[in-house]
Amino acid sequence: MTSATTTSGTTADNASLPLSIQDLTVAWHRKPVIWDVEFDVSPGQLVGIVGPNGAGKSTLLKAVMDLVPRASGRISIFGKPWKQNRNRVGYVPQRESVDWDFPVSVLDVVTMGLYGQIGWCRPVTRRHREIAREALDRVGIGDFADRQISQLSGGQQQRTFLARALVQNADLYLLDEPFAAVDAATEQAIIEILREMRQAGKTAIVIHHDLHTVPTYFDSVVLLNMRVVAQGPTASVFTRENLERTYGGRLTLLDEATEAMRRRERTL
Amino acid sequence: MSGLIAWFSSYDGLIIITGILCAVAAALPGNFLVLRRMSLLGDAISHAVLPGLAIAFFLTESRASVPMFVGAVLVGLLTAVLTEWIRDFGSVDEGASMGVVFTTLFALGLVMIVQAADHVDLDPGCVLYGSIESTPLETVLVAGHEIPRAILMLGSVAILNLLFVIVFFKELLISAFDPGMATTAGYSARLMHYLLMVIVAITAVASFETAGNILVVAMFVVPPSTAYLLTTRLSRMIVLSLIIAVASAILGHWSAKAVPGWFGFGSTSIAGMMALCAGLLFLLAALFSPLNGVVVRVYRRMKLARRILAEDVIALLYRLEERQPGRSVPLSEICTRLLSSRVATQWAVTRKVHKGFVELTDGGYRLTAVGQRAAAELVRSHRLWEHYLVTEGISPDVIHRQAEKLEHYTDRELRDRLQTESSAPALDPHGSPIPEERG
Repeated sequence: MTSATTTSGTTADNASLPLSIQDLTVAWHRKPVIWDVEFDVSPGQLVGIVGPNGAGKSTLLKAVMDLVPRASGRISIFGKPWKQNRNRVGYVPQRESVDWDFPVSVLDVVTMGLYGQIGWCRPVTRRHREIAREALDRVGIGDFADRQISQLSGGQQQRTFLARALVQNADLYLLDEPFAAVDAATEQAIIEILREMRQAGKTAIVIHHDLHTVPTYFDSVVLLNMRVVAQGPTASVFTRENLERTYGGRLTLLDEATEAMRRRERTL
Repeated sequence: MSGLIAWFSSYDGLIIITGILCAVAAALPGNFLVLRRMSLLGDAISHAVLPGLAIAFFLTESRASVPMFVGAVLVGLLTAVLTEWIRDFGSVDEGASMGVVFTTLFALGLVMIVQAADHVDLDPGCVLYGSIESTPLETVLVAGHEIPRAILMLGSVAILNLLFVIVFFKELLISAFDPGMATTAGYSARLMHYLLMVIVAITAVASFETAGNILVVAMFVVPPSTAYLLTTRLSRMIVLSLIIAVASAILGHWSAKAVPGWFGFGSTSIAGMMALCAGLLFLLAALFSPLNGVVVRVYRRMKLARRILAEDVIALLYRLEERQPGRSVPLSEICTRLLSSRVATQWAVTRKVHKGFVELTDGGYRLTAVGQRAAAELVRSHRLWEHYLVTEGISPDVIHRQAEKLEHYTDRELRDRLQTESSAPALDPHGSPIPEERG
């Protein structure tokens, strides 16, 4: 992935890059969540984002899709801002982010992946439902299409989300902890599908927690703890030293400055 | 047909239609308020429009005017905006910030209305509680027909809301279910939120000055919540909420006239009674919903308890027969051994007799050949579990109680897996033989 963070990358270069992030800072209530993040992702790769809780991993993905306001930075998706290439990005949020008691069927949820193509005020047709059914078969839960989503197990819920992303037929996928609390069979099914996607030239950026599986799952990694600690091919970057730097408990100067800033704000 | 038309154009008929239109108009957007867990925003907006109405009274000195309507809708929207602001910048939670905004605006409106009442023909009580009883009196001329103003207004709003929900069904669904996804798919969840707020505010204003506050506030929340208990699909939930809204209006009108009479009083507030009926329908749904109602849950629990007892009976007979073949066991002994009540046990045994699992011989009960097979499966499950639990490192003292529960939920497939994972044991940890799988 890292085509050696070129800050002077021309648009022509960028057009082939699924994702290019430059100088990205996101802050909540003036408290920085991610700071000066910069990296490129090249096509046809499975990229893992690894880092401790609160490192800003989810925020990073959300910033890519303009779901959180950014304080600074440029993000391009295949050389264009997200708004213009919206349909080329598929997003799988954390499972807890939705209300699983909502009165919709599994098929309804998967069909939502097609809404981006359907457009405002146009109805969902039988053809759309067919596509959704195929995606459900592909992730192995075709038999559950007509169930209400609350009747699914955790693994099946995650597969539903994956099927929803599949029907989007995007070129760049952003997955927020797809492997969290799923059974072994689901984990295997998900990684198989991610590999199929890669085969088809697609790119997936995956927030991941299980450090053991990182080397087998991902071609490259971004080690994140507010800032990018290290990034590049898994083989060379995913080292003990870099992990210690990512997860290490020592306060850096920046952390101290942030903490001081926060304290001061509170007393204002 | 003409009789029906005549009835509906009667005084009472017109009141019912007003109530139905108000209920339907509110229940439509109410579904999405409930699903987005912002049910009280309907309440808040309904109250907060009051100062908007009051300002309009001051400015135009009349009730029927477009600027007034627009002004009140804007103030309603302001409630939603201010609530977000205070939540984000005031560091208080959403409920508190909503409470601050709408009570303040409502109080402001109240102060203004009382002042206005001195200058304009306006009854504060009427504005607050609504005057659905008098709606047929105030009419407007439409294409040569005299139509009550309330029906014209609420009818238009009900149609508007129906179109809104139909045209934006997909957009409302996705932005309620997964706002982030909606935004990434190009349907700004924020835009949908404010569109919904506009609809809620329009509904609140139209209802406020005709059918009254209580009715619209109740109909935003109660029929959709009731429908939510009865179905697992959004489209059905919306249709059901409308049926419940209509039923509440009709029932409410009837009870407002009839019920106080039973106690020797005159008729009571019709709008109030309509809202009350909606609440009663909710109670019925909560008790009797086939999905998860209280009654169904109790019934399911009882049914399960009975099934387990019946299964315990045949498993017991199997074990006793293992020790002493051909023996028939009297009911009293079954009760003692299972620590179960005589009535429940008699019921369970009788059921098994009817099914042909158990037969009555020599004053006691004995398994039939079919019963033997069913009981063997249970005992097999029980002993396989005991074996498995011991290999999992669980103390043999407690495995019986666990296996006793698990045996009732273990099917053939699970038994086969237990069998393979515990490498096909012949005896359980207590030394009893594990019956073979038959058939």
